This record gives sequence, structure tokens and C-alpha cells, in this order.
Amino acid sequence: MTDTTALLTTADGKPLKSALAKSQGRARRRAFLLVAPLFFFVLLTFIIPIGQMLFQSVYNPTFTQAAPNLVRWFDENPAGSQIDEAAFAALAADLKQMKTDKTAGSAGTRINYDMPGTRSLFTAAARKADKLEPPYREALLEIDKTWGDPMLWRVMRSAASALTADFYLAALDLTRDDTGAIISVAQDRQVYVTLFARTFLLSGLITGLCLVLAFPIAHLLATLPLARSNLLMILVLLPFWTSLLVRTTSWMVLLQGQGVVNNVLVSLGILGEDGRIQMMYNQTGTIIAMTHILLPFMVLPLYSVMRPIPPSYVRAARSLGASSWTAFRRVYLPQTLPGIGAGALLVFILAVGYYITPALVGGADGQLISNLIAFHMQKSLNWSLAAALAGLLLAAVLALYWLYDRVVGIDNLKLG
Amino acid sequence: MALPIYASPLERVWHYTYLVICGLIFLFLIAPILIVIPLSFNAEPYFTFTEKMLAFDPEGYSMRWYDSLLTFGMQNPDAPRDASWWRDVWHNTTWVQVTKNSVIIGVFATIVATVLGTLAALGLSRPEMPYRRTIMAVLISPMIVPIIISATGMFFFFSNPGFPYPTISFSPFEIGIGHFSLREEYGFKLANSYPGIILAHAVLGIPFVIITVTATLVGFDQSLTRAAASLGANPRTTFFRVIMPLILPGVVSGALFAFVTSFDEVVAVLFIADYEQQTIPRQMWNGIREQISPQILAVATILVIISIALLATVELLRRRSERLRGVTPR
Repeated sequence: MTDTTALLTTADGKPLKSALAKSQGRARRRAFLLVAPLFFFVLLTFIIPIGQMLFQSVYNPTFTQAAPNLVRWFDENPAGSQIDEAAFAALAADLKQMKTDKTAGSAGTRINYDMPGTRSLFTAAARKADKLEPPYREALLEIDKTWGDPMLWRVMRSAASALTADFYLAALDLTRDDTGAIISVAQDRQVYVTLFARTFLLSGLITGLCLVLAFPIAHLLATLPLARSNLLMILVLLPFWTSLLVRTTSWMVLLQGQGVVNNVLVSLGILGEDGRIQMMYNQTGTIIAMTHILLPFMVLPLYSVMRPIPPSYVRAARSLGASSWTAFRRVYLPQTLPGIGAGALLVFILAVGYYITPALVGGADGQLISNLIAFHMQKSLNWSLAAALAGLLLAAVLALYWLYDRVVGIDNLKLG
Repeated sequence: MALPIYASPLERVWHYTYLVICGLIFLFLIAPILIVIPLSFNAEPYFTFTEKMLAFDPEGYSMRWYDSLLTFGMQNPDAPRDASWWRDVWHNTTWVQVTKNSVIIGVFATIVATVLGTLAALGLSRPEMPYRRTIMAVLISPMIVPIIISATGMFFFFSNPGFPYPTISFSPFEIGIGHFSLREEYGFKLANSYPGIILAHAVLGIPFVIITVTATLVGFDQSLTRAAASLGANPRTTFFRVIMPLILPGVVSGALFAFVTSFDEVVAVLFIADYEQQTIPRQMWNGIREQISPQILAVATILVIISIALLATVELLRRRSERLRGVTPR
């Protein structure tokens, strides 16, 4: 027993180290097997669908499928080459094909995204495609002068590769000029950047309002005796458990022109009968309703941080001569910072992606980026642009989520 | 929170002001939810209190909107209210149909989310779990990712399940992108079907199950399972007789969260469900956008009462769980 260099072994003579590694490996595999079904479920019903949507934002084959001859011509002739008769011949051949396949509309729509007003160009030319005779250049120009526009050819070249960044450019209010350089779109057509800015601004405002409203009541709940604070907590949790649509409906009832709030103000004589405030179908409606809906998400993390703060700290500060304001600012507030961070991040993340409430009470100027994504999905049917906008929103949310994980830790996410 | 005896008069004034402010904030939280209840008994088709309601005149109140819930969509609402009238309600009334859908979809989505979520939470709370943090982040993400993005993704994938893959051809040499589609190969799709919407709701409910069950497992005494094993219990017995009773409150409140998520979800239904799979919130969405009438308030009142019941259940469960685990309640 003097040989201390001998390996420690288990009862059946295996080296302890490998036996331990083996058993740990088994435990790891067992833990992983428990998680695996859910992981694959989420992968299949959530991660892959989102991945596929993102793929749509950079891949749109509608034009390449409808215009194979043009695609070939663009491949053979680099950017900047003369648009020659061969190019127009390819175009004419494709237009004839589009007429038989009835794809002129979708191909035109794809070009129309980058150059508005061109959808009818394709449908009109495809209608007359059978009558096209060489020289094709003159024949097409006779149908519409726009066919000679270098801008159109630049856009078609860009659409001729199915893999494209065009939709991300469009989602950032950017476009390409005749030479292919990236420029901003005309001032009056800049929609998306403004909307992103508005979404973040409103979300920030709502987060701020939630913080201002949540701080006092979280503090009250944290300092009251348990029995009473649990009772008051129900007032915070009930909205949390109530259907989102119910809460939105309630706000519509309260805030509309003939609604309860306006009626109370009028009957108290604060407002005149014709001075009723428009609080619905505008930004005010969105802000009020979303603040109410997201408030519990701010109160709960604040409360769970404030509860364990010993009241003796503030008392000690007071006994050392601090005024109540100084004691609050220098002693109490710093201890609540983790709760403020957790609540503010969570509320901001949820607000940035909000859809239902702005759609119902937002009116025209209370819409957020989610509503525009829905518009492009359901009304304008520009799915690639919707996907690109969703991609940008997703990137912002994931960055905030990463920050939340770093600052707060996902394990600390609590519900009720 | 008592006022300290050394408080100055100014501090006293501030303290009471503070209590009033808190009261107003609580009012802001709760009033909008409670206001729909009296308004749903309005005898007139208005969204505000009429003179008669304010005077507590019984004529100002009526059950007409609750009655209209029952008859809305019926084939023959004016027939005498006998057994065949109620059969008509059961088979044709819009709100009954959407309630059936909500319950069916909610129950199945909850089962899927709870079973998979509980297993995963058990794995995640083991100290040996590799990549714990990353996997947890992925599993919680359905709660964080904006619903419009999830719904858009599901719309594309569920209507055409499949995946893109790179293709290489050698003459001429070209790298392209192909698409494998279950729909084109086998006619398989999930959009506009019950399984599709159930899967979508299940994945949206999973984060809640994970969060509540892992919270219950914090402080779970692992020596209990070892004790069970040393007494001769096999893993299955250990799970059902030792682990399960202890984490059950967490599992049930997770399941309730998952159910409520599905019960309240409208965007995924808007994107991937057909007319056949309309749910209560989807019908409310229609009602709010098109012909808003106090009928909506009657539905809202019923939903508020349901949520009060759910909240009470969850609170009782939480206290029971804390008592069982020996944690002193917060």
C-alpha cells in the first residue's frame, strides 16, 4: 500500500477516472434524452419555420422561373453591357412563354416591387406577345417606351438572380440607382425606417410609463405584510390572466368618443360636449392600452427584487443623517436596479413585437412594425418583403434577448 | 408599510400622497377589466352607462346580449325553446362552435406542451445537462419572438412543409437551390387543419411549462430520488411516486398557463387556421373589427370570470407547492 502512484480503482478493478467519466457520460446522455423530444419538437414547429421564412427574404425565384431566356442573356452579358437585339429577343420569347403559362402577372409583380408601375407593363406586353415580330427592340418599344428604360433593365438584371438582397434594401428604405449603387429611396416613399423608429420610440415610451407606474406599487407590495400584499397582488395578476382581447376591448369601451372616460370628464365639467378627446384609433390608444397590458410584466420582476431588500438599510441611512430622498436615491434605488433592468428589458422586448393591440386600437399612426408585416403578408402579398421586415425585427429582438440572458439570466424569468 | 415615528409632517403628507397614487395605479390596472361586467348587462346597444343604469333602474339592465350569444348563428332562433331549439344551439350557434374549437385545440395543445415540457424541464434541471443555457434559451424563445414572426414562419412552413437544399450540377457547373416539399410529394400539409393549429399552440405554450416546472424543481432535493432508489424503487416508480407528487403543482400551473396561452391566441389562428378552426379570440377579433356590439362585452365578461377562476387555482397551487417543498411563502 506504499505505492501512491497506483491508479485508484473501483471494486471491480477499473480505473476510477474512466469509471467516473463513463457514469457522467451516461448521466449527460440521460439528461439530454429527456430534453431531446421537446428540442426536436421546437426545432420542427418553430425554428425551421422561421428559418424558412428568413430564406424567403433572400430568395425569390418568381422572375427567374418566368423568364429563363432573359436570365441566360444576363448570365452571358455582364452588367453594363449594351442592351442589344438579342436581349430583346430573349425578352420577347419569355413574354410569349409567360402568356402560355399565365405568369406575366407574378413576374411583373416581382419587378414592380423594385420599380413601381411596371406590373401592367408585363401583363400588357404578354397579351400582345404573339404578335411580336423582329426586330423585337422596335416592336417592344412600340408597345411601351418604358421597355427601353435602363432602370427597368437594371431591376430585371437584379431580379434575374433568385438569391437577392433587394428585399432587405427595400425594408431599409434603400434602393439601387442606374449604376447599381445603393441609395435612399425618395423622401416621400421612406416608410419602413420611420416605422422601425416609431416602434422603438413607442416601445421605449411604454417601457418608461410601465416603470413609472410599476415602481410605486411594487414597492408598496414589497413592504406590506405578506397577507395583505398577497391580496393586493391579485389586482396585478388578474390582468395578467385576463384575455388580451378582453383587455383591448375594455380599453376601446373606455376610451372611445362616447366612452366612459369621456363621459365622466364631460359630466364633471372638465370637458365640453364638443371637446371630447379622441383617445382611440391613434397613438394615444396604443400607448394607454399597451402600458396597461404590459404593466404586470414590470411589476412582477420589480417585486421579486424588492421583497428581500431589508428595510433596515434605509433606516440605517436615515439614522446616519440622510434625508428620505437621499436614502431612497443612494441606498434603496441601487438595490432595485436588477429588477428595473429585468422588467424594462422584458417589457421592451414584448412591446417591440406587439401586434394585436395596435391593430385594434392603433388607427393609422398607432401602427407598429408587426402590423406592417401582417399587411404585407395578408394584403399586398409581398411575402419576401414581409420576411425581410420580420428578419430585421427578429434580429433586434434576439439581440435584446441575448442582452436579457446576459444581464438577468433566463432562469430568473418568473411568472406570477 | 407603517410610517416611522420620526417622520416629519412633510413626509407624512408624502406618505399619504404615495398611498393615493398607488390606489390610482391599482385602479388603472383593475378598472378596465371590471368595467365590462356591468356594461354587458346594458339594455341599450351602447358601450357606456345609460341614465337608467346609473339610477339602478332595473329597466336599464337586461340579459339580451347573453341571449344573443346563444342565438347568434342559429338556424331558427325564434322557435320555442325546447329540446330541438337547444340542439340547434349546440350545432349552429357561432359562439358554441368557436368554444368547442377553443377547448379541443387548447386541451390537445396543453397535453403536448405539458408532457414534452415537463420531461425537458426534468432534464434541464439536472446538473449534468450539457449546453444547458443555450438549450434553455432556444426552448424559451417562442415566448420572446414576436408572435407575428412565429405565425408568418408557421404560415409558410405549415402550408408547404419541406426544406430547401443546395443542388450541384456538373455540366454546366452550377450551384443551385432545390426544394423538398412534403406537400408536392405526399400532399401533406398542416395549415388549415386541427393538428396544425394544435402544434402551433403547443409550441407557444411550452415556455410557460418549462418556466413553471423548472421553478418547482429549484431546491428539489435530489437525495429523495436516491433514497427511493436505495429502498428498491425502479426509476419509473421513483418518478411517479416521489418526483411527480412534488412537482405536480408546478406541472399543473404550467399546464394552465399553456391552456390560457392557447385559449387567448389569435394571430396564429389568423394565419394558419381555416374557417373550420375558428376559436373564441378569433371570433372576438371579427366582432371587434366588424360589427362591434355589446355582445362582445358579454363574451368578455364570461372570459373575465374564467380568468378569475384560473388565477384562484394557480394561487392555491403555488401555496400548496411552497408548503410541500417547505419553502416559506414569499
